[in-house]
Amino acid sequence: MNKFSEKKATRTGYGEGLLELGEKNSDVVVISLDLTESTALHKFKEKFPSRFISLGIAEQNGITAAAGLSLCGKIPFVSTFAVFASGRVYDQIRVSVCYSNTNVKIGATHSGITVGPDGATHQATEDIALMQVLPRMTVLVPCDALETKKATIAAGEIFGPVYIRSGREPVPVITAPETPFVIGKANVLKEGKDVAIIACGIMVYESLVAAETLEKKGIKARVINMHTIKPIDKDIIIKAAKECGAIVTVEEHQVIGGLGSRVAEIVVENSPAVMKIIGIQDKFGESGQAQELLKYYHLKDTDIVDAVETLLKKK
Amino acid sequence: MDNKELQEISKNIRINIIKMLSLAGSGHPGGSLSETDILVTLYFNHLKHNPKNPQWPQRDYVILSKGHACVGLYAVLARAGYFPEEELWTLRKFGSRLQGHPAKDKGLPGIEISTGSLGQGLSVGVGIALGLKIDKKSNKVYVIMGCGEQQEGSIWEAAMAAGYYKLDNLIGIIDYNKLQIDGYNEEVMGIENIASKYTAFRWNTIEINGHNYDELNYAFDKAKNYKGKPTVIIAHTIKGKGVNFMENLAEWHGKAPNQQQTEQAIKQIKENYE
Repeated sequence: MNKFSEKKATRTGYGEGLLELGEKNSDVVVISLDLTESTALHKFKEKFPSRFISLGIAEQNGITAAAGLSLCGKIPFVSTFAVFASGRVYDQIRVSVCYSNTNVKIGATHSGITVGPDGATHQATEDIALMQVLPRMTVLVPCDALETKKATIAAGEIFGPVYIRSGREPVPVITAPETPFVIGKANVLKEGKDVAIIACGIMVYESLVAAETLEKKGIKARVINMHTIKPIDKDIIIKAAKECGAIVTVEEHQVIGGLGSRVAEIVVENSPAVMKIIGIQDKFGESGQAQELLKYYHLKDTDIVDAVETLLKKK
Repeated sequence: MDNKELQEISKNIRINIIKMLSLAGSGHPGGSLSETDILVTLYFNHLKHNPKNPQWPQRDYVILSKGHACVGLYAVLARAGYFPEEELWTLRKFGSRLQGHPAKDKGLPGIEISTGSLGQGLSVGVGIALGLKIDKKSNKVYVIMGCGEQQEGSIWEAAMAAGYYKLDNLIGIIDYNKLQIDGYNEEVMGIENIASKYTAFRWNTIEINGHNYDELNYAFDKAKNYKGKPTVIIAHTIKGKGVNFMENLAEWHGKAPNQQQTEQAIKQIKENYE
């Protein structure tokens, strides 16, 4: 898909969003946990040094101190790799952030297997599951750098806990400045009635590529960018189930407890349709180049095409 | 308030703690009774607060990191006028704002944040203290911790940050009653030398008898005015203080008295404080 020539890591959008939020609202503060540049905080640090707090390699304190900052009216964004931002601090998020309903925003970068060579310890493939099960948590998984910027700004404009998932690998920018971003309202990127492909994060691009291939084969796929995992857009899912009768979900995450599981819950409760959940099959990641790993774990556009063709036989 | 008034209030708080636990049928007497004099001295002599306007922006913040000892805090909050005393008798009952551990979302006035999972309160305090520093505000932050809680690693992440950022608006208080569920701290997981640990983390430390009002007043005065470092008040206390048959026994960490024990406990508190 040559029309998407610009490539950027989604985490860069997080940094850009913070910069804009920092301009707009002096209550926005940023907590860095020794990953200032990796988590795209360096520009905020330069511009707003008095609102930039370094707390070192101490994630438990970082998340909980963010809850404290929220108690005196600040809007804290705390950032680290997604593995640490979700798993390492789970109880802190549960009690001091969600149960206490504090206004903490968690910027989780380096999600998924596309972190690449660092291997499984640094590849968060369970974080959507961990975060979406928490009451009060909003979970955003934007599809490109531009949408990540919008998601970050939107997170700062609502009250309550938000988890913003971004990645390290440069990926095509597929949305436009004018593309709407409303938390909880998914976007249809391509119309079609044979099958609906519902994806999140960097898998949205793979889904668009797959839809083009399918079109050449005479299959019209609807592509839905489910940038908000929670609160999820039930209406768009039910509509897809009714109108298409077949749904494929795609996520750079475990198939257990993620986007696909959530969509399946809504589908079976409202309007049964045949489904295929594409994601990581209950396995840990490993070292390798991002593209290599996407192939190995069957997360490429070609895998989506195959899944659609197989699924349509069951329709 | 003078010591006599503080003692009178503490006596009534202790009686209410026993009544509340007895009615609830479960809860934590040991730590609630050991922290009573600390809380009473803090709320009635030192804290800048307004019970009729709990969210007053100029208030000092209190975080009960040892959330299980909320029975003592609830009794003190009611006495200070945050909510009517009758509400104390709803402790741990369905629909109550007085949850088994403090719950921010139940809207009980005076509760800043939910606690109960140990080791988080000091970090909450660090965050508030940092926020107040950014805004150049003079409010203080008080975090009440348990001694067993010092075993949580996250306490030391918070302690390191507070010392590093010279958070002299943050005051930690350790209710050092020497006991936790499994027994004496030193038999479960030793926390000594606790004062030198905090000193090493760049804190000012004060060690006192946590049941002596003169010493408590002295410690709070010192801590409030200390510049350049956070202060930890290591308050040596007696678990179950005031109820003879509960004192210094780990078994009274998390158990409610039965009817007969309740009557006996109230009698002993009255005898000990009159």
